[in-house]
Parts: sequence; C-alpha cells; structure tokens
Amino acid sequence: MSDVEIKTLTMNFGPQHPAAHGVLRLVVEMDGEIVERCDPHIGLLHRGTEKLIEYKSYLQAVPYFDRLDYVSPMNQEHAYALAVEKLLGITVPERGQYIRVLFSEVTRILNHLLNVTTFAMDTGALTPPLWGFEQRELLMEYYEGVSGSRMHAAYFRPGGVHQDLPDGMLDSMEAWIKQFYPFLKDIEKLLNDNRIFRQRTVDIGVVNPQQALDWGFSGPMIRASGLPWDLRKSQPYDVYERMDFDIPVGKTGDCFARYLVRIEEMYQSARIMEQCIGALRTVTGPVRVDDRKISPPRRGEMKGSMEALIHHFKLYTEGYKVPAGETYTAVEAPKGEFGVYLVSDGTNKPYRCKIRAPGFPHLAALDMMTKGHQLADMSANIGSLDIVFGEIDR
Amino acid sequence: MAEQLQDLGDYIAKGNQQAVTATSVRLGELMIAAKPEGLVALLTFLRDDPRCLFKQLVDVCGVDWPEREKRFDVVYNLLSVKNNQRVRVKVATDESTPVPSAASVFSSAGWFERETYDLYGVWFSDHPDLRRILTDYGFEGHPLRKDFPLTGFVELRWDDLQKRVVYEPVKLQQEFRRFDFLSPWEGAHQVLPGDEKAAEKADEKAKS
Repeated sequence: MSDVEIKTLTMNFGPQHPAAHGVLRLVVEMDGEIVERCDPHIGLLHRGTEKLIEYKSYLQAVPYFDRLDYVSPMNQEHAYALAVEKLLGITVPERGQYIRVLFSEVTRILNHLLNVTTFAMDTGALTPPLWGFEQRELLMEYYEGVSGSRMHAAYFRPGGVHQDLPDGMLDSMEAWIKQFYPFLKDIEKLLNDNRIFRQRTVDIGVVNPQQALDWGFSGPMIRASGLPWDLRKSQPYDVYERMDFDIPVGKTGDCFARYLVRIEEMYQSARIMEQCIGALRTVTGPVRVDDRKISPPRRGEMKGSMEALIHHFKLYTEGYKVPAGETYTAVEAPKGEFGVYLVSDGTNKPYRCKIRAPGFPHLAALDMMTKGHQLADMSANIGSLDIVFGEIDR
Repeated sequence: MAEQLQDLGDYIAKGNQQAVTATSVRLGELMIAAKPEGLVALLTFLRDDPRCLFKQLVDVCGVDWPEREKRFDVVYNLLSVKNNQRVRVKVATDESTPVPSAASVFSSAGWFERETYDLYGVWFSDHPDLRRILTDYGFEGHPLRKDFPLTGFVELRWDDLQKRVVYEPVKLQQEFRRFDFLSPWEGAHQVLPGDEKAAEKADEKAKS
C-alpha cells in the first residue's frame, strides 16, 4: 500500500465577508472541509485610538470610547469615566449613578440584540435580525433623547453624566420594557427549538472552564463555560450592588450555551432597568459632581456669572489636571470585561491609556475553538464570539 | 482592604525573592515590580499558588518612559476569579533586552505580547509567534513610542494610473499644533515656521 499524501489547502477568508462581522481576515489551513489551523489577521480597522488619547485632554478622550465597540458605546465610556474618577478621587451623585446603570443596561440590550440576531443570520435565519433591529431603533431613541446622538453619545463623562433625563423618558421606557418581554419570547420561539439553529450551534466550539480562564475569557463567554463570574456582582461599581438580578450560567460551553446566556441576560437587564426607573422617580439631585474645577457650569449660569464663564472656558480649552498615578479599572461591558489602564503624570492629558477590549482575547482563541471543525462551523463560532472590530483593532 | 493586599504582596515577595523587587498598594490596587529574569517563575507562582490563584491574564501592555535608561514598562494585569482579586506585575526593559514570554503560562499572553511588540518594539524571548498584529503589512517603526509622531511618517492613497495603493511621505495641510498648557503665565513656546533664528537670538539675549 502506498503512502497517501494529504495536501492541506490554504484559504483566505475575508476581509470583506458577511459572516466576518466587520473586517476580519482569516488565513485558514484546511484538510478537505476540516479546519486545521486558522490565523486571524486583524488591524484593518486600526485607528491608533490609544495614541490619539495621549494627545487629547481627559474630556476630549471620551468620544473615542464610543467609537471602539460601536454597538455598546456607553459601557466603554463608563469604564473610562470610572478610571478618571478613581484617579481624581471623586464620587458621582446618586442620581447620576442610577442614570449610568440604567443606560449601561440599555446598552447591554442593544448589544445582545445585535449579536443574537446576527448570529442567527450567520447560521441561516433571516427573520431575527429584521425583528431585532426594530427594537434596537426604539432603544436608540433613548440614546438620542439624552445625548442628541443615536450611537456616539459621549454621555457618561468623568464626574457623572452630561445632563439629566428629558421629561417623560421614564414613562416611555417603562412602556417599552412591557412590550420587550413578549418580543424576547418571540425571538426565543424562533430560535430555541429551531432544528437548523440547533444543528448549527449545539456542540460547536466547546470551551471548558479551564480553557476559558487560560485564554482570558470574560462576560457571556466565560459564563457560558460554566463559571459564574460577573463584575457587576463581584466587583460592583456605581449602584449595581443595590440591584437585584441573576447571573445566567451555561452548562455546555458551546455556541448554543452562549446564545442562551445572552438571551437570559437581556431579561435580567430589563429587570435592572425597571429597578432603576423606580429609583429615579424618587432620587433627585444633581447628575454630576458639583465641583467647578471638574464639571462645567450650566449655560444659564454663564449668562450672569463671570466665574462660571471663566470655568467654562478653562475646562473646554485646558481641561482639568489629574493627579499622577495609575489604575486599572474594568466594567462588565456586554462583550465581557472592558478595562482601562490609565497612567497619569499629573498633566491635563493621559500619559498612557491602554484599552483592554474583551473581544481581543476571544478572537485570539478562535484557532483553539475551530480546530477540527468544519468550515461552516467557523462562521457559527465567529458569530458566538460577539466580536466587533472597532474595539479589537482600536 | 489595603492591609490585606499588602499582606498578599509581602507573601508573594517572600515566595519569589529572586524576581520581585518591590510591592506597593495604591488606590486599592496591588502592584508588584519584578525583574525579567524570574518573570515566568513569578507568573507561574501567581497562577498556581493556593493563596493567589490568579488564573487569568487579563491584559499585557507597554508604557514608554523615554527619559529612563530602561525606557519600557511591560505591565501584566492578572485576575483571580476564585479570590476576586487583581494584581499588576511590572517589568522594566529597554529596546534590545528581551522579556521572557508568558505564553507558556497563559495562552492569552500570545496575542497581548504580539501587540506590545508591535506598538512598542519590546522583544519577547521564546514567544511562539512574534509578528506584528495591529499595524499594516510592512509597517516600519513602533507607533506608541513617545518619539513616534502622532501623524506618522507615511500616508497612502489609491493611484489610479498605477492601479495600486502607493505610500508617500506625510504632507500636512496645516501645521501640527500642540498647545502647551503647563505654563499658564508665559504661554506656549511656539516658533513661527521660517523664524527659527529669531527664537535663537531671543535665547542668546536671555542667557546674556
């Protein structure tokens, strides 16, 4: 019997591919239909955010965080705001904290709606994204209501949030939540017992808890592997410790478990929103710190007060100086642990601002997850990773 | 809380005397300064010791301090899911001295170290696959170094005649402005382009 020579085929996937969720280029080595090795080439969306932030004042750096993971902007501003506040040694007023938690959860639902539905699209279902995007649009109206912008809000600032909620927003949000629960049930009805969806996701890309830790997983990825870990519970920030919510944990660590965890997280986020809305009806007061050396005066004040005018001018040209020091502050962003490692040298600009994006280590593990799977399973894996290139390439 | 962290820091320093040079707790965060030689042993200790169990390497990044002799800090952020604790390990190095790679201890280190190498030019020895990761194919230089200009050196455009992307030196339409906010009274020392000699004269006058 003669030796059989197996030739592996090297295939290029992307950078423009509907299942790549952005500009992902993969160089895949295949043996027939089986993936032997896949090497992600990233950086096609690299904009040098970290370098740009080093040349901007602390306030000017905020909008860059919207543009990292552009489907969950406010959570990232949150991490940055918390890091700067830690260095400055200030605490946000209670109302500001509730508003931040409320909008963090709005953002989580926005993100999970996008991921769950496009993941379904990757595996062949077209209806979920059509339904889900309608809900996303409704939520973005709240974004627009508080910040004037549908996506790049720049709403969470060091010291609180930019302005208070407009009248009637809480009522409208309550009404939205009421219709959101049946909507989620409908999505579940479409996918949970869908034969095609299950065949494409169950037992695909299994990650055990040991691997999840080793590869630096966080967020829904680590929870789907069976580790009950959530920064909102374990290292609570703002008013999360007052919130009553559950952490869903997956059992199997496959793509289907990751889908289920995200669906359940949306229910829990809606619960947190309800509690925040209840609290915001009673908690009054300022929404950002009342320190004129950090947060600017209101426009009305500036009309009559010279001091206010000077403060406004100084804050928007020079900005505030942050005491020298360093901190690593992380929040539970929808995709996982989003951290900001901020080094200050005592001037008005960050000396170094390293952004720890959750998608980065997740994508690094793609090779481990897809090895031995078929090519079609790779797009299911990519969909379940929940990657967005704005944050991975920075 | 701070005392607890300091205790843990002392315990780690005691177990790794050849690697750890200092421990400190600031803003409720434990920081360990280490030497590159014992780094892999230290990280393995942090991962496996029953009191530490820092099983996750959350982040690796570089920081550039050009005025120092060992200009780079390589910062490792670790997380213990079991004990709900974080620790930061710092190693100093320069452009030519490699830092031992942590990829054998934590799989996630592979890409983080590639990124640090790409952006700062820090070398990692025994790294399985030390290639550039974020910058363009064929990129030269390390963009996050403090002496790398914000605008970069080359810009690229599609050339319709040659039917390919061409690289050209950066041409700024407007002079790059960097305002000096640190001396509120004297204002910024900005020299008008073409007027460098006037500034030199003013300096000489000031000296005499």
